[in-house]
Amino acid sequence: MAKIRKDGKKTPPPISTASLPDIVFMLLFFFMVSTTMRESSLMVKKPMLPQATEITKLEKKSLVSNIYVAPPTKEYESIYGTQPVIQLNDAIEEVSSIPQFIQKEREARNPNERPLMSVSLKADSDTKMGIISDVKMELRRINSLKLNYAAREKQ
Amino acid sequence: MARRLVPEINSSSMADIAFMLLIFFLVATTMETDKGLSRTLPPYVPPEEQEEIKVIEKNLFVVFLNKNDNLMIEKKPAHINELRERCVDFLMHMNNNSEDNTYPGYETQDISMLGGGQQRVTKAIVSIQNDRGSSYDNYIEVQNEVVAAYNIVRDTYARKFFNKKFDDLNEDEYNAIKELIPQKISEAEPKNIGG
Repeated sequence: MAKIRKDGKKTPPPISTASLPDIVFMLLFFFMVSTTMRESSLMVKKPMLPQATEITKLEKKSLVSNIYVAPPTKEYESIYGTQPVIQLNDAIEEVSSIPQFIQKEREARNPNERPLMSVSLKADSDTKMGIISDVKMELRRINSLKLNYAAREKQ
Repeated sequence: MARRLVPEINSSSMADIAFMLLIFFLVATTMETDKGLSRTLPPYVPPEEQEEIKVIEKNLFVVFLNKNDNLMIEKKPAHINELRERCVDFLMHMNNNSEDNTYPGYETQDISMLGGGQQRVTKAIVSIQNDRGSSYDNYIEVQNEVVAAYNIVRDTYARKFFNKKFDDLNEDEYNAIKELIPQKISEAEPKNIGG
């Protein structure tokens, strides 16, 4: 018959850490795959996107060009004022430079992917429609007709 | 020749390196996905080439947003809450009676996916007009309600014809429903109407 030892001297075996790198690598790969690096730093305040319910997801992130419309951040307020401005890539620009911007974006893409390109308009919800209409007009003029009004899901 | 034994590489620091990378990616990650209302803009036509397109008024559902963000539906002040319902109502009904102007007209079309026969396709056009002074927030809300109305109508027809939700349709069925209820949203260039 087995003897039950009662002298609790026995220390528990150490937990093997051999699989720790594997676990960490798994997490690492997950984050590497899901990461999208922000290509440009924002010179405008992070736009407070309007809310909507009928939202669709934009596929193919590489084919999306972003146009930001929001007031400039604190450090640029002295140059650009406090009214909403347009940021294309990494500079604050005039409405009239949108065609150039789109043209550049087009040239950077594969020709057979160009028809699939779209523009995501990330505008602050406090913006007036005037500037938005100007942007839309310029987009129509350069024949970039796929537009996505960035919005948050309404709770 | 005696094979020289390569000393085993100590891998205990592997975890540390991986952790460092992990933390870098954790910090650098922005998980935001681009979501929003997708719309297609009308192509640009220079003013001198513009033709007056005549749309019969009864086919038009006019939504107007003024600079104080007040809403007007079909020339009468209205609240945003009733927009969706009224838009659905407008899209679901149709008559070709020229005396009755409440609902849009229709044309019959043969859509084979919908079990053959002639289907009535509404001629309705939703026209969204806004002032340059209206706020973007309200504009998106109006857009959202109109798109929602279209989705409701399409869903209703999808259930009627295929007994499925609109989102669950396959491509052919999806296109058939889209043909039955074309999404026609017109956006006039905003003017400085004020008011």
